[in-house]
Amino acid sequence: MEIKNAVAGTLESGDIMVQIAPGEGLQVELQSSVAAQFGRQIKAVITETLQGLGIDNASVKATDKGALDCTIRARVTAAAVRATGKDVWKD
Amino acid sequence: MMFVPGNNPGMMADAHIYGPDSIMLDLEDSVTMAEKDAARLLVHNALKSIDFGGTEMVVRINPLNTPYGKKDVEAVVKAGVDVIRMPKTETADEVRELEAEIVKVETELGCVGRTLIMAAIESALGVVNAYEIATASKRMMGIALGAEDYSANLKTQRTPGGAELLLARESIVVAARAAGIACFDTVYSNLDDMETFRKEVELIKTLGFDGKSIINPRQIEVVNEVFAPSQKDIDKALRIIAAIKEAQAKGSGVIAVNGKMVDRPVVIRAERTVALAIASGILDKEEAL
Repeated sequence: MEIKNAVAGTLESGDIMVQIAPGEGLQVELQSSVAAQFGRQIKAVITETLQGLGIDNASVKATDKGALDCTIRARVTAAAVRATGKDVWKD
Repeated sequence: MMFVPGNNPGMMADAHIYGPDSIMLDLEDSVTMAEKDAARLLVHNALKSIDFGGTEMVVRINPLNTPYGKKDVEAVVKAGVDVIRMPKTETADEVRELEAEIVKVETELGCVGRTLIMAAIESALGVVNAYEIATASKRMMGIALGAEDYSANLKTQRTPGGAELLLARESIVVAARAAGIACFDTVYSNLDDMETFRKEVELIKTLGFDGKSIINPRQIEVVNEVFAPSQKDIDKALRIIAAIKEAQAKGSGVIAVNGKMVDRPVVIRAERTVALAIASGILDKEEAL
């Protein structure tokens, strides 16, 4: 699946900004004030969401502001839809 | 009913903590065109995952004649929303069109009939057609006034006394009552003027509305205070209901409480007072039985 640069989300409290770019394999770079406690969990949600959408090659930069898992999933999906230009979202 | 922007996850996650009767996640006016897709995903995921503590969940979708409306319906019905609020409703056909979209998604999910509809009336044509709109579908649970668009459509502006809204408000209450559904008043946007807000809530309660739309948790307390019945009213209502039960047990038709005849409208009013007292948390359900 062809990937172009795309972004979704904001830097407001409770949100997460997700930037997606072309890459080899799935690389996730996370910036979060709660990275020590929840970094592994946040990265897992990002990776699982992308794989669920059929995206196995992308470079992801995420800036977390205390987002819930459902917000992370929504923002990753929005960025992925924008990056692929396809409505890859399925329930 | 508290309005919450559909693209603000922080506000969405916290909204139920303040105890509104219902939360309306907005995909329409509070979301820019460029963010419609992201907001739709956010609302979908929030509805599926966040425990809103039993609060009634409403989503205001974009109009069906935009590129977003039908996708909004699919996303929120799949997430199990309680009520879809249809904006700028002007005709009964628009309600039926929305119902058809809902049925499509519900059929796919195997849950036909689950999603209710609320129509926002925001134009002169909508007010003229209020009863037809209110009775357009069995899914209609309420109609609501959207005053900003309505006053713009009337070529006037909102005033503190709300004279420009009087006909619309009365028409909506009458249409809702004739149809047997609920009615909700518009928002009041000036958070710095709580005195005028309180007067507006008192006015719409007098007109017969079931509730008020709000934009900030600070407004909840005022609405609850105005809508909650007084202890005197509750005591009187409980006496009437007790007297009616006693009369029914004895097979007597007409009764009097405190020297006044109690007929059907008085009983209905007493039952509504008790229901409001329970909903407001000032009367225990067990105590009312």
